[in-house]
Amino acid sequence: MDLNYTPAEQAFRAEVRQWLAAHVPSEPLADFDSTREGFEAHREWERTLHRGGWGMVTWPIEYGGRGLDLIRWLIFEEEYYRAGAPLRVNQNGIFLLGPTLIEYGTPEQKARFLPAMASGDEIWAQAWSEPGAGSDLAGVRATAVRDGDDYVLSGHKIWSSRAVHADWAFGLFREPGSERHKGLSLVFFPLDAPGVTVRPIARLDGKPVFAELFLDAVRVPVSNRLGEEGQGWSVCMSTAGFERGLMLRSPARFQVAAAKLVALYRGRADGVEPEVRARVLQAWMDADAYALSIYATASRLMAGGAIGPETSTNKIFWSELDLDLHRTALAILGAEAELTGAAPDAAADIGDWLDGYVFSLAGPIYAGANEIQRNIIAERMLGMPR
Amino acid sequence: MDFRLTDEQQMLAEMVGQMLAENCSGADLRRLLESGESRDAARWEQIVGLGLPGTMAPETAGGSGLGAVEMALIATACGYAALPEPLVEHAGVAIPLLVAAGADLGEALSGATIAVGHPINPFVVDADSATALLLADADALHLLPRDAVSLTRQASIDPFRRLFRVHWRPSAETRIGAGLWDKALDHGVLFAAAQLLGLAQRAVDLSVAYASERQQFGKPIGSFQAIKHHLATAQVKVEFARPVLLAAAASASPVRISHAKIAATAAAEAATHAAVQVHGAMGYSWEVDVHFLLKRSLALGQAWGTPGFHRARVAEHVLSAPLGADRTFGLGAIEEIRSEAA
Repeated sequence: MDLNYTPAEQAFRAEVRQWLAAHVPSEPLADFDSTREGFEAHREWERTLHRGGWGMVTWPIEYGGRGLDLIRWLIFEEEYYRAGAPLRVNQNGIFLLGPTLIEYGTPEQKARFLPAMASGDEIWAQAWSEPGAGSDLAGVRATAVRDGDDYVLSGHKIWSSRAVHADWAFGLFREPGSERHKGLSLVFFPLDAPGVTVRPIARLDGKPVFAELFLDAVRVPVSNRLGEEGQGWSVCMSTAGFERGLMLRSPARFQVAAAKLVALYRGRADGVEPEVRARVLQAWMDADAYALSIYATASRLMAGGAIGPETSTNKIFWSELDLDLHRTALAILGAEAELTGAAPDAAADIGDWLDGYVFSLAGPIYAGANEIQRNIIAERMLGMPR
Repeated sequence: MDFRLTDEQQMLAEMVGQMLAENCSGADLRRLLESGESRDAARWEQIVGLGLPGTMAPETAGGSGLGAVEMALIATACGYAALPEPLVEHAGVAIPLLVAAGADLGEALSGATIAVGHPINPFVVDADSATALLLADADALHLLPRDAVSLTRQASIDPFRRLFRVHWRPSAETRIGAGLWDKALDHGVLFAAAQLLGLAQRAVDLSVAYASERQQFGKPIGSFQAIKHHLATAQVKVEFARPVLLAAAASASPVRISHAKIAATAAAEAATHAAVQVHGAMGYSWEVDVHFLLKRSLALGQAWGTPGFHRARVAEHVLSAPLGADRTFGLGAIEEIRSEAA
C-alpha cells in the first residue's frame, strides 16, 4: 500500500490544473437540459476539452483519449471539479457506452463512434428503460427485427436522459418472441432517424431533463449492434457495472459538494442546530470514504482485478450521500431553502442547492433502484437465497 | 499510489483469521466463560507462538517490526472472532508505548501482558491478568507491576471485558516517559475501530448463515427482501468503513483515525442490530452468539473516545482547514495545508 502520489502523478495534476485554469469558462454555462442553447454551449465545451486532449483521458489515444490509468482519471476528475468546470453533457456516451464499446466493439465500430464521442460531435442518450421495464431491464419489449443487413426497431423507450437534444441513443431490443434475458441486443440509432419521435418529459421541477422515444420501424444497419446478436444482456450489464460502480459518479463531485456544504455551514453556523452540524461532518466524512473506496477499487482494477459487487455498494452509497448532503444544505438554509434561483432575495448559491437537491432525489432511483441494488448485494455478495 | 494490501499483508490477515476460526468459536467462548478464567491458556499460547504480541515491536527487540496496517488487520480478525484475550491493546498500544519510552520489553513478547490506563478511558481493561500496567499521571507515563496497584472490578455488559478502576501512586521510580499519550490514543482508537469493523462483518456473516437456514412461511427467511435489505444496508456500511480504516492505518492521520472509529462504530451498530432483528427472538437470547458481538460493539464504540469526541476531532479539521477534492491524501499534514492556504 502506498498512499502517496508519485512525482509523475503530481506533475500530471499540475498539468491538468494549469490547462483548466486557462480554459474553464469564467461564467457558468446555461444548463444543458433546459434549452438548446445551453446544450450547444456544453457541446462547445466538450470540443474545447477534446482539442486540449482532455475529452476522455482513459481512452486509447487513437480514439481521442490520452491512454491514462484510473488513478490519473481520478486526479483529472479532482481537478475538473475543483476548477468548477461544466458538467459533462456527453456523460452517457463517454462514461457508459464508451467503456463498453472499447470492450465489446469491433475495430470499425470503435473507429466510427469513439472519436466523435470524445470530441462532443456526437452526444449520446441512453434508451434503456421502457414503461414496463425500469429496474427490471430484462422486461424490455421493444423489438429489433432482422431484415437483410438492417434491423428494424420498434417500441417505446422512456426516461432517456439528454435525449431531447442528443444525436444518438443506445438501447436494448429483443428478437420478437424472446423472453427475459435471452434474445436481447444492444443497438445504436440516430435520434433524427425516420420513425423516431422524441417527446420531452418534464422532471418534477418542470425541466425537460428526459424524453420518451417512440420508435416506428426505425431502420439501422446491423453494424450498429454492439456485441453478438442476442448477447445484449451481458454487454448491457458491463455498461451498468461502469455506471453504478465507477465512472458515473467520480468522488470529486461529492468532495467538492461537501466542501461547499462546509462553507455554507461556516457562513451560517449561528442558529443552526447541533444536529445539523453533525450531518455536515457526516457528509464530509462520507464523501471522503467514497473517494478512498474508489481509489482502492481503481488500484485493484489497475492490477488486473475485475469490477464486482462494489458496483452495487457504490451506487447505494453515493446516491444516499448525495441526497443527505443536499438535504443538510437545505436544513442550513432554513426558510430560504424553498427559494429558487429566480427569487429576488435568493442569495447567489441558493438555487444551486435546490437544483442539486432535486437532482439528488433521483439518485436512489436511476441506474437501478437502490432496492434492486440491495437485493444484488444480498444475493451475489452475501450469498443469500433467492 | 497503490491502495492495495500487499500479498504478505493479505497472508497475515488470513493466517490470523484462520487460527482464530479454529480456536475461538462461540463454543470456545462459552467454555471460557464457564471456566471463570480470564484467558484460554491454549489459545493464548498459540497467539504468542505466532509472535503476534510483537507485531509492532522492532526486530532488534525480538518483534516483527510491522506497522499499523498489519496490526489493524490482526485487530480486525480479533474483532471478527470476538477474541477475549487482550492481544489488541497489548500488542497495538502497550508495546508501542514501551518502545517509544525506550523501556525494556521484558516478557511482553513471550506471554506476559501489559494493561494500559489511557486517560481517555475511565477504566483499565484486563488489568488483573496483566503483569504490569502503563498509567498516566497528567502527561507522564508510569510503569507499575501488577502487585503495586490495587484494583476494583467493574462489571461490564460484555462478559469478556474485565474492567478495573486502578488505585495507585505515581513516583519518580515508576515514571518512564512523557508526551507519549497522544500517539497511544491514536493506536487505541485505530485498533478499536479495526475490531469494530471485524465484528460488524461477523454479525452480517452470522445472520446470513442463520437466514439461509431458518424457515418461515415455507421458505428460508433470507429469501425475503426485508431481511436481505437489513443485511445489505449493514454490509454497505462495512464496505465504506474498510478503506477509511486502511487509509487511517497507513497515514496515521488523527482526523482519519477518528473518521475510521466513527464509521466502524456505525457499521458495527448497524450490523449487530440487524443481526438481532434477523435472528428474531433467538437474536435476543443467550443461545446464539449475536449478543457477544452486540456487547463488544457497545463497549468498543464508547471506549477510546465516544463518537462525539471523535466528531469533535474531525470538526476541528473540517471547519478550519481548507478542503477539496485534491486533498484526499493530504490530511496528515494539516499544518502544512493551512500554511499553504494562508
